Amino acid sequence: MKKNTWINLSFQIGALLLALLITTLLIVAAGAPPFKTYLSILKGSFGSTQNVIAVLIAWSPLLLTTAGVLVTFAAGLWNIGMEGQIVLGAIFTTWLLRLLQITSVPPALIIALGILAGMIGGALWAALAGVLKTFGGVNEIFGGLGLNFVATALTLYLVFGPWKRPGVASMSGTQPFDQKLWLPGFLGSDLSPIALGLSVLAIVAVFILLHNTHFGLRLKAIGKNPKAAYLMGVPTWQYSLFAFLLCGALAGLAGALQVTGQYHRLLPNISSGYGFLGLLVAMLINYQAVWAAPVALFFAALNIGGIQLQILYKLPFSFSGVLQDLLVLLVLMGEGARQRFVKNEQEPQ
Amino acid sequence: MNSTTLLVGLSGVLVTAAPIMFAVIGETITERAGVINLSINGTILLSAMGGFAAAYKTGSLVLGFLAGMLIGMVVAFIVAFSSIELHQSQVAVGFVLALACRDLSYFLGNTLFGLPGPRLPTWAIPGLKDIPVIGPLLFRQDVLTYLSYIIIFLAWLWIFRTRPGLMLRGIGERPAAAFVRGANVNRLRYIYTAIGGAFTGLAGPAYSLNVKAGWMGTQSGLDGIGWIALAITIFGGWNPIRAAFGTYLFSFLQWLGLVLQPKLPGIPSQVLQVAPFPLMILTLLLVNIGDAEWVQRILAALPARARRLAVRLLRATRALPPAGLGVPFDSE
Repeated sequence: MKKNTWINLSFQIGALLLALLITTLLIVAAGAPPFKTYLSILKGSFGSTQNVIAVLIAWSPLLLTTAGVLVTFAAGLWNIGMEGQIVLGAIFTTWLLRLLQITSVPPALIIALGILAGMIGGALWAALAGVLKTFGGVNEIFGGLGLNFVATALTLYLVFGPWKRPGVASMSGTQPFDQKLWLPGFLGSDLSPIALGLSVLAIVAVFILLHNTHFGLRLKAIGKNPKAAYLMGVPTWQYSLFAFLLCGALAGLAGALQVTGQYHRLLPNISSGYGFLGLLVAMLINYQAVWAAPVALFFAALNIGGIQLQILYKLPFSFSGVLQDLLVLLVLMGEGARQRFVKNEQEPQ
Repeated sequence: MNSTTLLVGLSGVLVTAAPIMFAVIGETITERAGVINLSINGTILLSAMGGFAAAYKTGSLVLGFLAGMLIGMVVAFIVAFSSIELHQSQVAVGFVLALACRDLSYFLGNTLFGLPGPRLPTWAIPGLKDIPVIGPLLFRQDVLTYLSYIIIFLAWLWIFRTRPGLMLRGIGERPAAAFVRGANVNRLRYIYTAIGGAFTGLAGPAYSLNVKAGWMGTQSGLDGIGWIALAITIFGGWNPIRAAFGTYLFSFLQWLGLVLQPKLPGIPSQVLQVAPFPLMILTLLLVNIGDAEWVQRILAALPARARRLAVRLLRATRALPPAGLGVPFDSE
């Protein structure tokens, strides 16, 4: 191996070890046994078939949101509004399912149309942030954040208002759909092979789009230097808007699958933070689509494996989040330190 | 609604606006120096938890506020350090810190959940409190709320009326030019980011030791306030007085939502709570749209008088960010 590869690797491993060191200290501070804690995360995520299924269920939406943000990141855009786009996807899907469940349309078709509606819903919500950015000059971070809150309000309004469960309206969501409107699960679980297949397809498609197409090349040109790309004849705003649409459609798909595949209803917290988590995964893999699948799987495993810690050691649910966040933060900082180190090596003072 | 209820309501708006004011003024100062600290949503949560913990353990409110400010400074320092020394994107690092501080506050604050803690007492200012209308509205509050009035003007004076303030604007606007004039750009950016972070860090305990006393973890209802503060900073056009106006407008709308609630039984309370957000987006649109190419083109096609009017309207709402915002500075 070349010397630079070694340097890269040691900085990345260093960041990982530092993140683990800090979280270990946190575990000790919280009064839990560190080694056993990590072991039970591992057991909780891959210890049994049931756990592996739970991890795969979480992997699917995370893969979709990661695939989505890789597109917007390539265009130099911060689609922080993805949480809201997942929500809108879920709302559109629920709306269509509610509309068609009383008709004689075959269930399989209803589900397919519902998923399509979800993708459109997510894309429209993203397009709103995109139009605000390209034609209104509103930074996509703030437009997106505002739209996230609006989307949450919309869900709450629907769950407690027009779509409330007969009798009791509560945070547990709308009336669950009839089982014939559920995506068929694997081995009687909520793990839908269709959801999983669509997610894997999405990341592969995004990889090909970004690496092997003229379109991807131009998108990355906009991300690197929008002015230069514009002068070279790339239709800048059209490409940016398309990146938003594509990302929104993938986020909307995640929302649609949450409704049809996992929860079978609309919940106030339907996005489950997968939008923000997708942003973290994309940053951790330094925007390289190749690594999306394994790292998203790792994050999904942390999420699922962390659930039991609450019961076993009274560790708060946010432990997995802390580990994920610190890991990304230290890898970002480590990358900066590495670049500085390499630069100093090359030009000795 | 009679006038006394209105007065009580409005004076309550000033109290609930205080923490947001600290965060908004802090972020305004930070961004004036050319650094964007996106972490403040997490900073507010972590400083709320840390400030409460410190005050709970020591029994001292002052230590609680200082702990919050220290946390804000440390988080802000990480943003500045990652940008200045490590050349990492301020947006990326700030975003991750926003999540990290939030999760950390829930993790570390687990054992503090629901504990009864100290609370800042109100202290009516003798003399001033008896002025009709203004007295009950402004001067029967707590020390922190008074501080929130004062820092608006202090920040404004510092930024626009002093020599160091001129340099502050310089390092955010044209760092290279400021460097030539003898400013140590990066050192000043460290200092101002830390000061801004300290103000933001005061916002946390302003909640946990005053406005919403106590620590309730995810049920504290603090998650999201930092993002609002960031939007208000832009709305405020990096001018403390305009930012203060935005802060009060936001708090007023939230209060209005609560007041109107019983009159609109069909709408769940959560919906009215977020009513300011679409308005926020709309105002951001108003602030920025004058610079869009297509607007300029339409303006150019208008007859002269209509154009002058439209340009004046757009210019009144417009706000340009510091030109060097988010861009690391290298003297080499």
